[in-house]
Amino acid sequence: MISAGLMNTLQVTVLVLVAVGATVVVRTRTRVRQVLALSVYGMLLAILFLVFQAPDVTLSELTVGAVVLPIILLLAIAKVRKREQ
Amino acid sequence: MTPRQRLWFFAVAAAGLVACYLWAFTGLPGFGSYPGPYGQEILRVAVQQTNATGVVSAINFEYRGFDTVGEEFILFAAAAGMSVVLRKLREERETEPADEAESRTVPPSSSAVRVAALLMVGPTALLGWWLASHAQASPSGGFQGGVILASAFILIYLAGEFLSFRRLSPDALLNAVEAVGAGGFVAIGLAAIAMNLPYLYNYLPLGTVPGAVSSSGTIALISFFVGIEVAAAFVLIVGELLDQTLLRSA
Repeated sequence: MISAGLMNTLQVTVLVLVAVGATVVVRTRTRVRQVLALSVYGMLLAILFLVFQAPDVTLSELTVGAVVLPIILLLAIAKVRKREQ
Repeated sequence: MTPRQRLWFFAVAAAGLVACYLWAFTGLPGFGSYPGPYGQEILRVAVQQTNATGVVSAINFEYRGFDTVGEEFILFAAAAGMSVVLRKLREERETEPADEAESRTVPPSSSAVRVAALLMVGPTALLGWWLASHAQASPSGGFQGGVILASAFILIYLAGEFLSFRRLSPDALLNAVEAVGAGGFVAIGLAAIAMNLPYLYNYLPLGTVPGAVSSSGTIALISFFVGIEVAAAFVLIVGELLDQTLLRSA
């Protein structure tokens, strides 16, 4: 069993990582890089939900936040770029 | 407004927000404590009542099944809206994917990427299928399984096979599967009404072993229908966007 103290440390660590990740997403200025940062942020959120013992939400966040949303955004960026040329 | 005034305005507003925020914090329940009565009650009765050990699925597809129908149709409406908005317009030309900047040499996707993506298609599809059909047993469900199933198709595209991706996912088939998935959920609920039971009442045999694949009655069945609906919806959405990006130009 994981001790309660270690669990709390893990929770605090992941909360800090999520806050840092969100800041990185907002501060990133290049579109494609921002999408990649968003994908990593989705992964961090998934880990957060796992650490807070919500495996169902972890799976949803992992699939939608880290995979499908970045793909949709990348395709939209590619389309806009094509029109700009 | 001068920048100086704006800064003061912001400072006052921010101070007010921080004060209200801190005040609200003092009224929150303690970290990790849950004051509502429903959670404890559901945990006590759910496994006995539904024979589903995946209690979250039992809640999603049974206790609040009617809410989930509504959520399912959000995705359904989104995919339908996408198909309508991104349909081929009269002034749009559909062309083969072409290199728009011929002077620039684009390296082809490396064999490592292609092989890795292709190798992951099978396991990903299996994982999605497993998640969608084991909602009653473990933390999973139709939604998560469906999205992972859809990402198996997206991997085929990542392996560099745009045409294979489109051939494997014809829009007519996707539309049909999506409609069957969404309609199936509603029909399972309506069947209960036909039997003079409340809408979405769990009328199927619950099985003897809690958490077995054959347990939990309508919960497992609804999760399966949600799974195929979600998979079809996401493949449809990504397919429409790929068509739009790669094939069409105004």
